[in-house]
Amino acid sequence: MDLINLHTKAIMEGCKERARDAGLTFQDETLEYIVSNRDLLELSPKGMIPTLYDYWVHDVEVLKEKGKYELYPTNPYETVINTRPPISFYNDNNPDWLNVMIFYHVLAHIDFFQSNFFYRHTWDYDFTGQALSDKRVVAKLRAEKGRWVDYVIEFTRGIDNLVGFHRELSQSEHPDSKWHQNILDYYFDVFLQSVKKVSTSDYIKEINRYNESIGKYGDKGEENFFLKVKKKYPEFEALHEKHIREKSPERLDLIQFLSDKSEFLQKEENRWMKTVMEVVRKTSLFFQPQIRTKIMNEGWASYWHETLFLKDDRIKGHEVDFARINAGVTAMPKVGLNSYALGMRLFYYIEKMADKGKFSHAFQRIKSADQRDEFDAHGGKGKEFIFWVRKHFCDFIFINSFIDQDFININKLFVTGKRLNEKKMVWEYYIKSRKLNDYRQMLFDHLYHPPHIEIDRQKSKDRHLYLVHLFENKPLVAEFIPNTMAGVEYLWGGPVSLETTEAVFEKTERTPAAPGKSEETKKPEIKWERVVYTMENRIISKRTIESP
Amino acid sequence: MEPPRYSYTVGIRSLEELLERDRQREKDGFNRKIRIGRLMKPGRSAKDKVIVIPTTVEEKFLHDTSVPSPSEEGSSGGSGDGEEGEILGEEPVRGTGPGAGPGEGESGPHEIESSAYDLGKILTEKFELPNLKDKGKKRSLTRYTYDLTDRHRGSGQVLDKKATLRKILKTNIHLGNIPDLDHIDPAEFLISPDDMIYRVLSPEKDFESQAMVFFLRDYSGSMEGKSTDLVVTQHVLIYSWLLYQYARQVESRFILHDTEAKEVGDFYTYYNSKVAGGTKVVSAYRLVNEIVKTENLAKDYNIYVFHGTDGDDWDTGGAEALPALKTIMMYANRIGITVAQHGSARNQRTEVEKYLAKSRFLTEKPNLIRLDVMEEDAVEGRLIEGIKKLIGP
Repeated sequence: MDLINLHTKAIMEGCKERARDAGLTFQDETLEYIVSNRDLLELSPKGMIPTLYDYWVHDVEVLKEKGKYELYPTNPYETVINTRPPISFYNDNNPDWLNVMIFYHVLAHIDFFQSNFFYRHTWDYDFTGQALSDKRVVAKLRAEKGRWVDYVIEFTRGIDNLVGFHRELSQSEHPDSKWHQNILDYYFDVFLQSVKKVSTSDYIKEINRYNESIGKYGDKGEENFFLKVKKKYPEFEALHEKHIREKSPERLDLIQFLSDKSEFLQKEENRWMKTVMEVVRKTSLFFQPQIRTKIMNEGWASYWHETLFLKDDRIKGHEVDFARINAGVTAMPKVGLNSYALGMRLFYYIEKMADKGKFSHAFQRIKSADQRDEFDAHGGKGKEFIFWVRKHFCDFIFINSFIDQDFININKLFVTGKRLNEKKMVWEYYIKSRKLNDYRQMLFDHLYHPPHIEIDRQKSKDRHLYLVHLFENKPLVAEFIPNTMAGVEYLWGGPVSLETTEAVFEKTERTPAAPGKSEETKKPEIKWERVVYTMENRIISKRTIESP
Repeated sequence: MEPPRYSYTVGIRSLEELLERDRQREKDGFNRKIRIGRLMKPGRSAKDKVIVIPTTVEEKFLHDTSVPSPSEEGSSGGSGDGEEGEILGEEPVRGTGPGAGPGEGESGPHEIESSAYDLGKILTEKFELPNLKDKGKKRSLTRYTYDLTDRHRGSGQVLDKKATLRKILKTNIHLGNIPDLDHIDPAEFLISPDDMIYRVLSPEKDFESQAMVFFLRDYSGSMEGKSTDLVVTQHVLIYSWLLYQYARQVESRFILHDTEAKEVGDFYTYYNSKVAGGTKVVSAYRLVNEIVKTENLAKDYNIYVFHGTDGDDWDTGGAEALPALKTIMMYANRIGITVAQHGSARNQRTEVEKYLAKSRFLTEKPNLIRLDVMEEDAVEGRLIEGIKKLIGP
């Protein structure tokens, strides 16, 4: 692993200057390394963080990837990690013109990491440095405790997708306004509705009074509003504080909860486990925004490498080369999803829409397709708007807000279905739908969405931990439940239950085919039943609590 | 400053270490986590490659996206022209895609050998397959090649001049025939016929393969698809395991049959050859007998015969197949027959099973012949079970 040579570094500096002029923001110092294929293979299971703690699963991954590489050698052009200073890795065989394009791509990634609010909690420290000290801690513990360190890592990683990312985010976003946020929500959502049970008209009156107060006094409006509230309800403040006390424990995610409340982990000889758990939790939190902004991040980087490189004089003589490489990266596939291509097109589309002032009420009200096409308020704020989007959005809001039927029509997008043709014994790929809702739903299904699992404190009694999975029409992978629960049981030091929902299939009836006719199959009907898994002494049991 | 007593950088662990760790898990009361998989890439013109890789899954609470629509596989994106409902393309269900099994191609022998060896090693360790025993064959496992390496006094094929001269000198010194060691006159030597040293032909030990394995596969029309996959996958595993077990000293012969049998040169052709016509099991058995007889293999080898079929045979009742099989049983150490049953024939015994049962070979000679019947959609774990059954003690 070597730093790029001075000649290439000069190219990078040239790119930085132009990118900055275009409005991208990033710190002055960046580190670029040339890495071998071997380095890349060994780094990829660690999320490209060279200093991440050692774990045997990573080793298995490396061996697997090496095997794969032998059969299907492919190398990424670049990889950037969200560190301070930002580090990026390259293959060494890129010609200068290609480096220009890749560097623009990388700079846009860095800009995204350092500007998008979903990365807020990673802004104030260097993750590689943090990871290195964690790695040392883990290595030191491993020297003392041996393989039990790996078990703790494994069991914690089993629940590291349940980390409270959004909670963490809202805390780093509004560290001091917690109380302030809560009191307003508490007043309108809880106090008026559940405590006082005011009528709808009174409720609306209060909202109007609040808005008026804000309108009249600006920043001081809220304070003024609550002065009257406190006069009217002297008990309000005391109730609010009580509410905070009752509610705040729920702000712990499962790893934190185990770490805080498990009697097993509080024992002197087991305390070291909490350190390991926190390392795993922090690592998971660090990677969360990257999984949730894949389409945006890649789209943003592709948008900028294309935009900036086409204007760059260094493209001269390599226009065709660029077109080929760029098409490989950003072409829309006939079947399949390409997040680079989709994200980039969406940014272009949004920019165009904003330039014409189409994100406005006036435009939304127009029904006629012709008029919609011709609409142009000459806003010219396209660039400004996409910068704003890259700052405040993640993939879900990005897709949900901006993909519309026009976008789908322009880009000729559709949902591909795959079905079995039993006569020919082939899988058929077909155009399933070109409708907005179907396309959007297909995208949502591809987004990262960990299950929502909460700790039910009411039902957790006598050292028995009770977890509840909030069902969102998708069951959990049943095969993984026992081992994951065994891990939680170990860390909790007592029996663990998980309430979840499972599918029950009606038996498929097959009628033998009559000559000349194809076999008829009834589609199985799915019914849902609520079940409770319990893991006790490493033995799993299941009971149904709600049959369909 | 004291140097740290532990290392910050722990290198990537080898597969052996990882498997050792996996075994330890069991002792600690947790399930094993590492699976051994194979990756195969069909080559464009010639070389298919098989690579052994370990895999593991990090188990978590995750959404199962496959459940709501079992009849229709997951949807994806797409772009381009076309009406809704229009078919974009087709893919055979029993594909010949990467990793799906037989396709066309030829050998890349070194790669498969080395990789198969690794796979066998892992299989032996991971699945604790029983080690093969030498069954009754107490014959020397070495053969001789002859070379002029031994020395013989007095007579022989080629005179060893240097040794002879040395011997003559020695004799003459004993006789006191050499007064001045600094001035030796060879003309004065007394030469006894016994001093002449010759090289003679001598048997040299030549380590030969200890085992000869015949792989027989039905590649008739009825075998297309999963049955073939299953049989060749199982044979890959057995082949790998034997390669390891005999420290590469295993020779294999590959025979494909439909109504007629033919021998093919290497595992790749065996693995990849495509389906042909009807089925006559006896053709393959006869070919094995013929090979063993003409090459006189029974004398020097442990012979194993593994036969994979879907159980179909035109030779109803085994009138021809059974006598041929009986002949094999006279010299073979173990015969393993795998029947990959078609889904449609579940709970019905296949022709091969029927006549084997009738012959009572299986019950009378359980050490010599084994049968494993599985359904054609068996998983890898089932295959391993099958191998254990076929080659177990």
